[in-house]
Amino acid sequence: MLEARELVLERRGRRLLDGIDLAAPGGRVTAIIGPNGAGKSMLLKVLAGELAPTAGSVRLDGQEMSTISAAALARRRAMVPQSTNLSFPFTVVEVVRLGASVPGFDGIKTRAHEHADQALETVGLGGFAARLYNELSGGEKQRVHIARALCQLDAAHRMDSETAVLMLDEPTSSLDLAHQVRVLDEARRQAGIGRAVLVVIHDLNLAAAWADDIVLLSAGRIHARGKPAEIFDNEILSEAYGCAIEVNRTPPAGVPYMLPHLLAAAQRNGEAS
Amino acid sequence: MQDMTSPIARTTPQRRERIGYQLIFASVLLLVAAVLVSLSFGATGITLGALGRVLHAYVYGATDSAGVTEQLVLLGIRLPRTILGAFVGAALAVSGAMMQGLFRNPLADPGIIGVSSGATLAAVITIAFGKTFAAPWMAAFGVYALPFAAFLGGFLTTTLLVLIAGRRGQLMVGTLLLAGIAIGAMAGALTGLIAYASDDRELRDLTLWSLGSLSGASWPKVIAILPFVAVIAIMLPRVVRALNGFLLGEAEAFHLGIDVERMKWLIVVVTAACVGAAVAVAGLVGFVGIVVPHFIRLIAGPDHRIVLPCSALLGGALLLFADVIARLAVKPAELPLGIVMAAIGAPVFLHLVLRRGVGGLE
Repeated sequence: MLEARELVLERRGRRLLDGIDLAAPGGRVTAIIGPNGAGKSMLLKVLAGELAPTAGSVRLDGQEMSTISAAALARRRAMVPQSTNLSFPFTVVEVVRLGASVPGFDGIKTRAHEHADQALETVGLGGFAARLYNELSGGEKQRVHIARALCQLDAAHRMDSETAVLMLDEPTSSLDLAHQVRVLDEARRQAGIGRAVLVVIHDLNLAAAWADDIVLLSAGRIHARGKPAEIFDNEILSEAYGCAIEVNRTPPAGVPYMLPHLLAAAQRNGEAS
Repeated sequence: MQDMTSPIARTTPQRRERIGYQLIFASVLLLVAAVLVSLSFGATGITLGALGRVLHAYVYGATDSAGVTEQLVLLGIRLPRTILGAFVGAALAVSGAMMQGLFRNPLADPGIIGVSSGATLAAVITIAFGKTFAAPWMAAFGVYALPFAAFLGGFLTTTLLVLIAGRRGQLMVGTLLLAGIAIGAMAGALTGLIAYASDDRELRDLTLWSLGSLSGASWPKVIAILPFVAVIAIMLPRVVRALNGFLLGEAEAFHLGIDVERMKWLIVVVTAACVGAAVAVAGLVGFVGIVVPHFIRLIAGPDHRIVLPCSALLGGALLLFADVIARLAVKPAELPLGIVMAAIGAPVFLHLVLRRGVGGLE
């Protein structure tokens, strides 16, 4: 269980996060959504231990984050950043295997190959092991990082770590539809085996379909929090995003799907004709 | 970036790993060969054939005057020179590899970002003012005064660079390179000022110093750098994992369990130790730190488990071969080592720049 209480983050006198309370329990996918600049990525960085909050606390299984060493943290938490570039020609599998190189994972070195291959298979990059990372497309790079995080969690699992946390920062932003589904299915599977999954995501429809809990951030504060069915509401979303949003339901399952309100556009078209 | 497509890099992961181990093995052989060549060639015409006789004479006591000369040349001159040469080459190549890993830039090198200039300035101050205001320093550290001063100069320069180029835990490469050039130029100006104020004899010493040479090699110098060798040998295995993590970026390195700030400082200190000790014994020798790691990455990829040990071995070998050329090219006189190294290194560096553009500097 990853918990944040009364989180405040200030940078250069600006309050980026303000009074955030949040819990990401094992076994659930928690999606953090919100408009640009709402502080989603910052929140993820604080929760990952990368940034120290100005005030408030982050706890992992009851233990204060700042007292956990980087190595111990890496044995219990894997993070997928937004796509990065490498200045040196690592191959795909070399990047993925870094996930198994966390201090303390030395015992599983011989299995690193297996973990890496399996993780690549999972994200649909089975034949890519020997390709050079920098030659891949943006979406492929993103999936390499996801595979690296999976490799890290698998290695952690073998080491019998406590609850592991998987954090994803916009994992689907440069993926095609099929791979969006694939990656989010994997996130669900990770939650299914007891891990806490936290995902920052822009696509409201994907969040509605895959997340158990939604945290809606706006201007550094929690605007709303709850199950998708509660959060995805015309009024709540329109207010948070400052634009008219219309929530519909897919007929069979009742999963909400969102569209920007088309009325204004229709009116404009009407006036023009 | 074009060189990402180098055919050698396009191999299976297992094969690439095997190539790495083969390269370490080949580097060991090359270093052994370089050591033997370095012991065999010199102005006196004494060759390796004398080694057996010298060892025999050393154990049972020298008999004739020829034996005494051979012993003096091999054990008193060439052996310390060879040991120092191997160390200097290894230290320069390793520090280059570490800087490139830390700054995520294949063109980073202690010589380019001013660390060597800082070390040189400190060494020159020690030489020029050893009898005046630096006298207490000389008295306090004796034979270690010069390497310690050079180390301190390199360390202060590196620290200054990290402070200038660091913003909120992020090291900004562009700032770093520009600041490095500026600090290097300032250190160079001060070094030049000291040279300007020196008498003719000091001036020649300083000039030769700045061109780099192993001609002053001696056993006390070998002993003086031993602490640095120990520091580097102990620290190097500890930074390998961190350097691999840094290739993904500092945040990613943290996610992989690396204590980023501690490791940065460790790398900076080890680099300063390498550069300081190398500058102290051999003056300024450029390009080893760029050419050697680049060559290794081209063959075996950027994994520091391979890059660091191979850099040490191949850097040592390259410097010894260059030193042999320096000794033989204009014998009985000697070319400064820095000239030979620049003649080899500059074209390779240019090639590197042309192929990569300013990749990673944006």
